[in-house]
Amino acid sequence: MVDDVIIKVVNLNSYFGPLQALKNINLEIHRNEILGIIGPANSGKTTFLRALNRLNNLNDTYSQSGEIFFEGQDISGISDSALRKKTGIIFALPQVLPVSIYNNVAYGPKVHGVTNKKTVSEIVENALKKAYLWDEVKDRLDLPAPRLSGGQQQRLCIARTLAIEPEIILYDEPCSGLDPISTAKIEDAMEQLKENYTQILVTNNTKQAARVSERCGFFLMGELVEISETTALFTHPKDQRTDDYVTGRFG
Amino acid sequence: MSTARGREKAAFIILGFATLLVVLPIILTIVYIIKNGFSAISWEFITQSPRNGMRGGGIFPAIVGTIILIIGTMVFSLPLGILSAIYLVEYARDNTFTRLIKLSVVNLSGIPSIVYGLFGFTLFVLFLRLGTSILAGALTLSIMSLPVIITATKEALEAVPYSFREISFSLGATRWQTIRYCVLPYAIPGILTGTVLSLSRAAGETAPILFTVAAFYLPRLPRSVFDQVMALPYHLYVISTQVPNMPASISFATAFVLIALVFLMNLVSILLRAHYRKKKQW
Amino acid sequence: MHKRISEYVIEGCIRLSGFAVIGFVFLIFLFLLKDSLSLFGIYPVKEFLFGIHWLPISEPPKFGVIPLLLGSLYVTFGAIIICVPLGVGTAMFIAEVAPKSLKHILKSLVEILAAIPSVVLGFIGIIWLGPFLKNSFHLTTGMCGLTGSLLLAFMALPTIISISEDALAGVPKSFKEAAYGLGATRWQALWRIILPSASSGIIAGVMLGVGRVIGETMVVMMVTGNSPIIPTSILQPLRTLTATIAGEMGETVSGSDHYFALFAVGLVLFVITFVINFLAEIFLRKARR
Repeated sequence: MVDDVIIKVVNLNSYFGPLQALKNINLEIHRNEILGIIGPANSGKTTFLRALNRLNNLNDTYSQSGEIFFEGQDISGISDSALRKKTGIIFALPQVLPVSIYNNVAYGPKVHGVTNKKTVSEIVENALKKAYLWDEVKDRLDLPAPRLSGGQQQRLCIARTLAIEPEIILYDEPCSGLDPISTAKIEDAMEQLKENYTQILVTNNTKQAARVSERCGFFLMGELVEISETTALFTHPKDQRTDDYVTGRFG
Repeated sequence: MSTARGREKAAFIILGFATLLVVLPIILTIVYIIKNGFSAISWEFITQSPRNGMRGGGIFPAIVGTIILIIGTMVFSLPLGILSAIYLVEYARDNTFTRLIKLSVVNLSGIPSIVYGLFGFTLFVLFLRLGTSILAGALTLSIMSLPVIITATKEALEAVPYSFREISFSLGATRWQTIRYCVLPYAIPGILTGTVLSLSRAAGETAPILFTVAAFYLPRLPRSVFDQVMALPYHLYVISTQVPNMPASISFATAFVLIALVFLMNLVSILLRAHYRKKKQW
Repeated sequence: MHKRISEYVIEGCIRLSGFAVIGFVFLIFLFLLKDSLSLFGIYPVKEFLFGIHWLPISEPPKFGVIPLLLGSLYVTFGAIIICVPLGVGTAMFIAEVAPKSLKHILKSLVEILAAIPSVVLGFIGIIWLGPFLKNSFHLTTGMCGLTGSLLLAFMALPTIISISEDALAGVPKSFKEAAYGLGATRWQALWRIILPSASSGIIAGVMLGVGRVIGETMVVMMVTGNSPIIPTSILQPLRTLTATIAGEMGETVSGSDHYFALFAVGLVLFVITFVINFLAEIFLRKARR
């Protein structure tokens, strides 16, 4: 079990206008773990995830208090650009740019200043391989990305995230629109990526969280109710609310 | 029930009649001008200067003048309009200041063209000492064209799916990088269409150029942007109201050329819109 | 990843451009005001606003704006009576009655009308409409307010039609379906439900049409006869605010009282259209909700 803390969240409170989305969140994320985040809809899971790469700030009405530390450094001192290079995100519905497969993956390196064509091409190939998509598309990298299937597009999203060489990968219900086979492929990819990346998986599917994550946190109505080793959370949770959720009494 | 049906029929007939009263004059007007103007159109008409106090010869300098003004208007209004729209859509937060900007755009679009003419005269011709010149005229027409370009660009930018921006930001791109690579390229068709439309309106305007650039009779072509220039709308105005014994066929032909130019530009704008709609990939 | 300097420059330009629009409105108002105040230094504001004689070349000159204002109002009113029923009626026809193929053709025709330059319509007024009205009504001249009103109505139609049509088409389908569900005919649904819901948008369209008419210069300059006296009937020549500026500017000496007076007339025009547009925008916001 790795006990090296890579992200520390202290007293995080998030607001969209007058609406409070997160209440006093405190937690630590360990290097190279897969942390699962479960909870019913509107419990703040996505808001929490997006606070880690300041994507919430795209919304005019967002404000927050509290601190988030990345390897000991307060992230408010890091620029948006640099922070988002460290934390890639995969959204719920596969979202690709209407350009070729190659250019989708190459976009990240391009905006971060990589100009050497050979370097970019290597980065693209490595990223597609790590996302388990290379074999399927290596002969047609010029194909417009929207023509890929849903599962392939989602793996493309993983590839483009890997191309910017993040340290953390955030997943926001990545398999919600996918069939079981594509889901399995993505879960396999996550397992392989564990070696080099820290991953945080927000999911509505408790069984997926049980399959994939080592630790798991339960969010309810903006609060982090409980966080512990996954098996422990599911078999003997400390909080009654957690027990109700994982046994399906509400969801 | 039958009286309700009867009333409906009567009402729809009245509405149809109103529509006819609107549509018929449109068609008749176009046909009238084409019919009476077409006969005087010839290659000489388009390529020669006026003679005999406008009563003979061609309208070449006026055509050239209008084209020059169109280009000049584009040079000034396009960059400013596009950048303003980018600010409104991509940078502005939802506050009173932004609302003020939007209100100003609406107001600019409602200002009478003659007031623009006055403004252009006092600011560009007098205050900035540009004299009655292509520069003054183009600048005046540009400010007048701003609202249309800003609105068209704004709509084009807003039509680009938000997900493109989100993807770009999430990969660590800056705001300008996002606009440049993930938004603008997909807004260009809409911007182009709006620009051509706005320029076609500028081409037909008379009031703003009355005191800022239009020349009554200038048979030689302009040599610099500080020269005056003839223009089609002004020419039509002058020969309709201030030249006695003007042969009607020439007036009709001038109106025809002006309408043809404006309609051609409109057609280009429509074709652009259709072409890009087909190519859309999202 | 640092923002390059070029990016700072571009973003600076973008922000500046955003403010430029406000700047232009202010600039226009300021320049009009500046030269108008030069007039009010030597000619009392009250006599300008309420004077009933516009005699710029008499000794002493009189700059009463009332005949011009009334000329504008007369011609506008005449235009509105014609184009509002026709325009809203056509919009209703296009939105609710016409089959899809016809709808397309009609909308294109309206766009064609919108594209016709005003000087061309003025030309048509001189060469056909004026003489036609003169002969039909046995007038002394065809260059009168009526000719102007007819042409202006024609010009304002596209504005009224397209905004009204948008407003009608924007009424939620559920309203229509509810009406049909209660057994209403298409006409009843249109007249009693759709039209009232679209009223804010239609009113905005009419106001913008009015603004367009009041601000129109070339048509009125070419066909309304240009006699700056208080009109007693629409069949007489008259002079509008716009035509006064356009017509007399060429004859004034820069810096003379007449010159400043024309700017004062421009200021009046600016204020009138500002108010109309402001109100229309309020109605449009109401309609969007």
